[in-house]
Amino acid sequence: MDVTTLTAHRCRELLAAGEVSAVELTRAYLDRIAATDGAVQAYLAVDAAGAVAAAAAVDAKPRGERLPWEGVPIGLKDVLCVKGMETTCGSRILKGYIPPYDATVIAKLRDAGLIFLGKLNMDEFAMGSSTENSAFQTTRNPWDLDRVPGGSSGGSAACVAASEAPWALGTDTGGSIRQPASLCGVVGLKPTYGAVSRYGLVAFASSLDQIGSLTRDVRDAAALLDLIAGRDPRDSTSIGLPEPVGEPGRTSLEGLRFGVIGELIGDACEPGVREVFDSAVDAIGTLGGVCEEVSLPSVERGIAAYYLIAPSEASSNLARFDGVRYGHRTAESEDLYEMYVRTRSEGFGAEVKRRIMIGTYALSAGYYDAYYAQAQRTRTLIIQDFARAFAAFDFLISPTSPSVAFKIGERTADPLSMYLSDLCTIPVNLAALPGISIPAGFSAGLPVGLQIIGPHFSERGMLGAAHALEHHLRVNVMPPLAAPEAAR
Amino acid sequence: MSARPTGTGRERWEAVIGLEIHVQLNTRTKMFCGCEVTFGEPPNTRVCPVCLGHPGVLPVTNEKAVEYATRIALALDCRIADRTIFHRKNYFYPDLPKAYQISQYDLPLGIGGHLHVELEDGSNLRVGITRVHMEEDAGKLIHAGGASGRIDGADYSLADFNRGGTPLVEVVSEPDISTPDQARAYLVQLRNLVEQLGVSDVNMEEGSLRCDANVSVRKPGDPLGTKTELKNMNSFRFLHRGLEAEIERQIEALESGESIVQETVHFDPATGTVSTLRSKEEAHDYRYFPEPDLTPIELDAAYVERVRAGLPELPAARKERLAGQYGLPPKDAGLLAANKPLGDYFEALAGATGDARTSANWVLGDFSAYLNTAGLEVAECPVTVAALTELLGLIADGTLSGKMAKEVFETMTSTGESARSIVAERGLGQISDAGELDAIVARIVAANPGPAEEFRQGRDRVLGFFVGQVMKETKGQANPQMVNDLLRKHLGSQVSQG
Repeated sequence: MDVTTLTAHRCRELLAAGEVSAVELTRAYLDRIAATDGAVQAYLAVDAAGAVAAAAAVDAKPRGERLPWEGVPIGLKDVLCVKGMETTCGSRILKGYIPPYDATVIAKLRDAGLIFLGKLNMDEFAMGSSTENSAFQTTRNPWDLDRVPGGSSGGSAACVAASEAPWALGTDTGGSIRQPASLCGVVGLKPTYGAVSRYGLVAFASSLDQIGSLTRDVRDAAALLDLIAGRDPRDSTSIGLPEPVGEPGRTSLEGLRFGVIGELIGDACEPGVREVFDSAVDAIGTLGGVCEEVSLPSVERGIAAYYLIAPSEASSNLARFDGVRYGHRTAESEDLYEMYVRTRSEGFGAEVKRRIMIGTYALSAGYYDAYYAQAQRTRTLIIQDFARAFAAFDFLISPTSPSVAFKIGERTADPLSMYLSDLCTIPVNLAALPGISIPAGFSAGLPVGLQIIGPHFSERGMLGAAHALEHHLRVNVMPPLAAPEAAR
Repeated sequence: MSARPTGTGRERWEAVIGLEIHVQLNTRTKMFCGCEVTFGEPPNTRVCPVCLGHPGVLPVTNEKAVEYATRIALALDCRIADRTIFHRKNYFYPDLPKAYQISQYDLPLGIGGHLHVELEDGSNLRVGITRVHMEEDAGKLIHAGGASGRIDGADYSLADFNRGGTPLVEVVSEPDISTPDQARAYLVQLRNLVEQLGVSDVNMEEGSLRCDANVSVRKPGDPLGTKTELKNMNSFRFLHRGLEAEIERQIEALESGESIVQETVHFDPATGTVSTLRSKEEAHDYRYFPEPDLTPIELDAAYVERVRAGLPELPAARKERLAGQYGLPPKDAGLLAANKPLGDYFEALAGATGDARTSANWVLGDFSAYLNTAGLEVAECPVTVAALTELLGLIADGTLSGKMAKEVFETMTSTGESARSIVAERGLGQISDAGELDAIVARIVAANPGPAEEFRQGRDRVLGFFVGQVMKETKGQANPQMVNDLLRKHLGSQVSQG
């Protein structure tokens, strides 16, 4: 069967109608992975045997007794702990680590009967915007195999764009779901901080990390959010959603006010991206919505604040990878100190080391106030700017990424240019807001995403607005990546 | 004070001591996960992904631990913060799985309290409490091979994480303590207080109560000297000896022109000496920052009042009550109130005997002396309240003299027998038979006309000679009061005859 036409909803319909068995569906995706992933390199590990066995168990149940999503496959970013399944976070230091427990979102999906196809590539410990920081492989953009898929959830975005799974879970700390979604032409949803439990998500920056989805359309994003959201007693910072988001059916934007964030559509934005963005603004008007430019002066300082707060938290979060209990340990060392130094020097890649050093510095005695504390004050200003904007607008919009997918290797030598990839997405994490990137068009044959930002816990309304635009724009198309012979 | 260093030059030094006490809470589960809090289980059997610091896990605060910590803070008269948060204290060590300890930093649970310490001489020392904060314990390491017993030089080290994540409360005192005796008295009283609150086993040997000391010395009136942090004193005795040794070391260093380095000093109970550990491990910048995985704890006034209402009677209040209700001198009331089991024992005894003063004298005298010598807790003493009540009854009814009762008590502690059976077995009962004693007294007075004459001429002291003679005759078993009365009668009657 041809999986390239399937959304998760379509998978569910086919299963419910008995037109396809769960095993057939799972095998179809495994075949697709076998055919295209040699070129795309989205998966770090494919659990063919486990997936087929789980699918067979679904098939063994009478259709009437199955849960709604039972038998639908999914891909998982390798930062989520799955009991018994190697979880590396794209890092050598966790090579061979097999979690003894399921992340809360994984337990929820297991209970819902979803089939886990495998673990998806990512920038090491989710630090990066191109997936080039993976210790194991470089994932390719299915629209142009010479280009990056974005990151850090590049494996998740590329896998959905390449139809190697109907949908996938990713994580977003500064744009790690939305930016690759934009670059790969899929829908990327980053929920409000606290909507989804972080238990079992290997922490990068605890106050910013949030699990979300990469899907082919907004409807699937809403469904997956309802599967994973909820207050979790294991995560003190989780709250859940005030109500299920349900099925987004909105087709008009009548009565809604959209603020265009002026600071995010300036010179940093590629002309091609700006063009697509402007046409999306027009579309909002066509659908009855009102667009107006709004200034959030503090968001320009988002990157600076983010690159102090996130590395600070990371320097502490990643300290547990010390070679004592699990993961990589250096072969030879004279004493404890040398064991630590060698283990971590061998186990971490360059970008992770850079951020650990920045974070360690920012938290050090004598520098804390000037860096970490100052960044937190900036964060407060950003939160206040958003709060003011939401007093006047229902939603805020911007391009998701200032550029389309860039060439592999193009920005690896220049960390600052790489960091700018997340200019538009980072402020959303700092303010703990929900954001979604939806395909809005193309620039030179490459996808361009539109970011919609809502107030805290406004997912239901935000997905509704996204659905209306998606329905109007009709640019959710899959790349012409096909059959084995097309793969290189 | 016994601990003040002696010698002419040293009289001029005084020590400034502040104590940091770690109290392991006896909650059912650990501070941030659901593992059971235990002692002595096989290694790594009370662990889970959370307390082992696996990737992706998150802490969840144990509400019972917060309540217990609040109890301690309130019992020490601390102000409870409206809003308190956890911080991460970052450092690498194999017994710390996350490589950070979740602790508290600039917003601790309780601040600005105090403890009134009853000193042995009956005086009272007010020790300020800087802060009471919550944190999690580390695991335990065993180092195999190597001479140092430390991780550097060991062939290998084994880690047991059963203790890792156990809730701890740290009580930090002001530097209001100036001698090892005071330090010990403070620690004893804090131990008793926490025990009374029912929130910890407070067992120093098992490590559920641990003590570090910040110590410096100076000349009176001088600014504070450089302090060292003295660690590893896991008994009241070691605290005392460790402080003595460290004060001595600092004075010697300063008198020979050296300066004190701010560092950690370890007490070695085997040698009674202190040693410094200058290693890479010591150069800590803990990089404290607010724990992003936990939300702030906001304890409202109603919560605090509820916890306060649940507190048992605290030593200060009990001292007042004991003094008033039983008419005890403040010193006795203070000593009894400071030690909950002892106070309970006293109250039970006083109730049973109806004689509070005698009960207090016995409990604070022979009973306490025995416990101290034997190194026993009140609950472990073989002499129960009922047994001591019986003994005091035998004094009251004249069967035993005070002196004899002390001997009987000693036998009771060693054999566990009752007072009555000891008295019966040894024929220890006093001779209270008036006829028998009268005959003996008459005979002795008649046999000693000289002293009798002296007595009649007003030399009262001679009475003692006669008492001694009677006691000798009766092998000490005569009822002293009766002997006195009879002697006066016989000596006096001869006066009237003459």
